[in-house]
Amino acid sequence: MPTVFFVLSDGREQAVHGSLGASVMQTATGAGVPGIVAECGGSAMCATCHVYVDPDWIDRLSQPLANESEMLDCTASERLSNSRLSCQIKLSAMLDGLRVRIPERQQ
Amino acid sequence: MTDSASIPELDVDPYAFDNLIDPYPMHERLRESGPVVRLTPYGTLLACARHAEVHAVFSDHARFISGAGVGLTNFNLEKPFRPKSLILEVDPPLHTQHRAVLSRILSPKTVTQIRAVFTAEAEAMVDRCLEKSQADGQIDAIHELAQPYPLKVFPDAVGLEPGARENLLIYGDMVFNSMGPRNELLAKSAERVGEVTQWIMKHCQRENLRPGGFGDQIYQAADAGEIDPANAPMLVRSFLSAGVDTTINGIGNALYALAHHPDQYAMLHADTALARPAFEEALRWESTVQTFFRTAAHDTEIAGVPVRENTKVLCMLASANRDPRKWPDPNRYDVKRRPTGHMALGAGIHGCVGQAVARLEGEVVLTALARRVKRIEVAGPHTRRLNNTLRALDTLPLRFTPV
Repeated sequence: MPTVFFVLSDGREQAVHGSLGASVMQTATGAGVPGIVAECGGSAMCATCHVYVDPDWIDRLSQPLANESEMLDCTASERLSNSRLSCQIKLSAMLDGLRVRIPERQQ
Repeated sequence: MTDSASIPELDVDPYAFDNLIDPYPMHERLRESGPVVRLTPYGTLLACARHAEVHAVFSDHARFISGAGVGLTNFNLEKPFRPKSLILEVDPPLHTQHRAVLSRILSPKTVTQIRAVFTAEAEAMVDRCLEKSQADGQIDAIHELAQPYPLKVFPDAVGLEPGARENLLIYGDMVFNSMGPRNELLAKSAERVGEVTQWIMKHCQRENLRPGGFGDQIYQAADAGEIDPANAPMLVRSFLSAGVDTTINGIGNALYALAHHPDQYAMLHADTALARPAFEEALRWESTVQTFFRTAAHDTEIAGVPVRENTKVLCMLASANRDPRKWPDPNRYDVKRRPTGHMALGAGIHGCVGQAVARLEGEVVLTALARRVKRIEVAGPHTRRLNNTLRALDTLPLRFTPV
């Protein structure tokens, strides 16, 4: 089971064991990680599951698709080069240990 | 894989009036019978009433297509009730092209631009409701708030001229009825199909749409070569058929939920930041769109149950939203629940493209209410407007007590 480390907006860190094929968003909401709202439930329609992917990990993810990129222009906290929607990151064995930071605001 | 002969069969008609009036006992029966069931009155289709299967079917647009219609009618076998929607009832790649344009027009970025206007209108309308409630002792929350609010703000944003907007209600009622059987509900709502369709299509033409509005932006996308100009009027039609009845009932059902749960309203009143979650939970608890269909693209399976090519699959969204396998204490309306993953707005590539605008409408109406109204009470029995697809109220008498 891949582990995802969530760095909360107050600096605390929460490790969550996820399932292969689940999204980082599902992993977070399933464990009650604060700061991932995910209003649209994972359709890349709301930009409220925004995360900043740790620079050490960003290159291991595939590039965002057009719809995700469009939505990242709508985030409540500033879009950075390592911004992603966590609903669009699917967990694989390769992503075991992934570290993402949760922005201050989602809405 | 399960043998198809062992699929549970129930003699249940989801479109029988008793089930439209109170669908929840039927939902429970279907959910508890199995992950996939047959319904005797509609022998060729399969139905899913649990969250896991409804979500799985909706998330797999390649196996379960929309192009054969998202209602009971199979467009591969029968002519659609109206020319088919070029967003709801099409599959990729055409869907992808149209979806990209619509989702940009209705994006969260757009919501930040329209928020001030939508908020001001909600505040003005709630003020009027409050005055009327004080003067008359009650209001009909459907005709005074849930209906006029979306009917004002959304067509304004699309760029429609004021006036004759009741045509949108008649059209919406007809479209959602047409997704069920050809029963008396459809016959009654289709009585004026000719003139209303004509009015709708006329208002999908560019010259009848305010420059810069959502409708005109479709034509701008056609100008830019993103979509076929011939398809532009039909995409504007999607705003007019899917953008009003849905939010009217979403707001109406939320008012119903709050009026029947004074403790939950008290929490919202104490903390208006709960307006958005309260609306979201109302979508889960009393889902506006009760059902949509998909069609199997080829021989496949759902939860190990064989599904033959071209089989219609009835996905019971409202039932999925009260599935105890997914939601603890599912029949409870709880404004503090985080109902992420509910199916009221669908999921996957056909998930409601207007959901950001719908949530804005719900949020600003409930915020305006929570700031001004200390208590809302049921002032008399409500009545339902039965529809083959929608959960809709006709009247909802409420009393508002000011702060």
